[in-house]
Amino acid sequence: MNRVGIAGYCTTKFSVDDTQIENSLLSATKMLFENTENLTQKDIDAVLVSTNENKKYLSAIVSEMNGISPKISHNIESLCNSGTNSIVSAFSYIMSGLAEVALVVGAERFDSPGQVLEWDASRGEFRHPIFWASMFTKAHKRKFGTTDEHLAYVSAKNHKNATNNPAAYNPKRYTVEEIMNSKRLTDDLRLLDCSRPCTGSSSILLASEDVIRKYTDSPVWIEGIGQKTTSASFTNNDLTKLESTVDAASQAYGMSKISPEQIDVAEIHDAFTICELMILEDLGIVKKGMAGKYVIDMYDTEDKKINPRGGLIGAGHPLGATGVAQIAEVATQIQARAGRRQIEGAKVGLVHNMSAAATSSTVLVLKS
Amino acid sequence: MNFFEELKRGRFVIAECTRCHKAVWPPNDFCRFCFGDVLWRDVKEPGILVECSAKDGKKFGIVEFEGTIRVIGTISDNSEITPGKKMRVDQCGYDSTPRFTFSAA
Repeated sequence: MNRVGIAGYCTTKFSVDDTQIENSLLSATKMLFENTENLTQKDIDAVLVSTNENKKYLSAIVSEMNGISPKISHNIESLCNSGTNSIVSAFSYIMSGLAEVALVVGAERFDSPGQVLEWDASRGEFRHPIFWASMFTKAHKRKFGTTDEHLAYVSAKNHKNATNNPAAYNPKRYTVEEIMNSKRLTDDLRLLDCSRPCTGSSSILLASEDVIRKYTDSPVWIEGIGQKTTSASFTNNDLTKLESTVDAASQAYGMSKISPEQIDVAEIHDAFTICELMILEDLGIVKKGMAGKYVIDMYDTEDKKINPRGGLIGAGHPLGATGVAQIAEVATQIQARAGRRQIEGAKVGLVHNMSAAATSSTVLVLKS
Repeated sequence: MNFFEELKRGRFVIAECTRCHKAVWPPNDFCRFCFGDVLWRDVKEPGILVECSAKDGKKFGIVEFEGTIRVIGTISDNSEITPGKKMRVDQCGYDSTPRFTFSAA
């Protein structure tokens, strides 16, 4: 079977700038061309754009403005996991033989319309993600004894990791006490328990095994893919288990023949602190109910294995760019190019990206 | 009749399939199990509180009706309530979004 690998990547500086989505997308593609050896416009067979922005024909615009005339060109929207959905689509085009080289670019603005799923009548007036996240948090507290301190350690760890990420929106350390005393948003979550929507972009070049070494001597292979959508509406969810994540992880582990113990580095979708705890448990990295202690241990031992770039909480969350930036980070780690945030000897990486209270999840396994 | 029209009149109705007789939720004009036609009827009370939290002293929570229909709404009851508590619909309506208010049954 032909393999598909990551031939290049880049992530722009996250911000809350009032940048037009087209300009944000183009910043990431220009940087990708500058960073990728031997890449020319005519090499690219597919251009896929990941965003929740309500604008038309963005993939054709990105193609034209970069001088690319691709065979395949379209947008992909799937709320917060648009980025990994785009990568899976690009992977599929290459595996099917419809493309040899695909460019995926994701971007979002700080005021993205993707932050709220207006269709979901079952949320009533409680449309903002903070409400489902509060339900998850309270249920996890009741069932597993999770505390506000456990949650605060997630935020402290990820903010600390982000201080070594030059693309992070606002890299700043916070103490556990500062997090636990930050503005109370609900009875169960505070301001620093939340990721922040921001402006940013990220791009990835995927290529088939036949041509990838034209662009890189150290390709990172996509060895495992799992995806699952359980619903669109929040209220079908189990509140203490991310069922779509469990299913997607099982698929990705099976395809890559990897078990959770073999993961050296992971970027996971910590939209809220409770999400990181639940994801760690539902990926099988720790037993159910044990993620709080696991995160405290990571913080105390300076272990950066989980969310080394700071995750969504530390780096910011430009929805359509997030999944792409997560993959770029894990590829950077596997290529040992992460500088001060490098995890020594990282060979096997995992990306977890989800949407709308984990009603859908993507899990990818990457290897050197 | 449909869910949003009735909600605007202060009625919480749900769809029931005329073929397989299952309750259909989220609201839809056909059955998501067998694609049968649906009839709209009042939701059966009481519901059960699944989980709750609060914002600025205002409680909100998920209430499940008929073992399958879950909605998030305001909880008007100031007493201590925990998951499993029987709940009823105090008020419902529509003002740019669906709005539900529940209290202990």
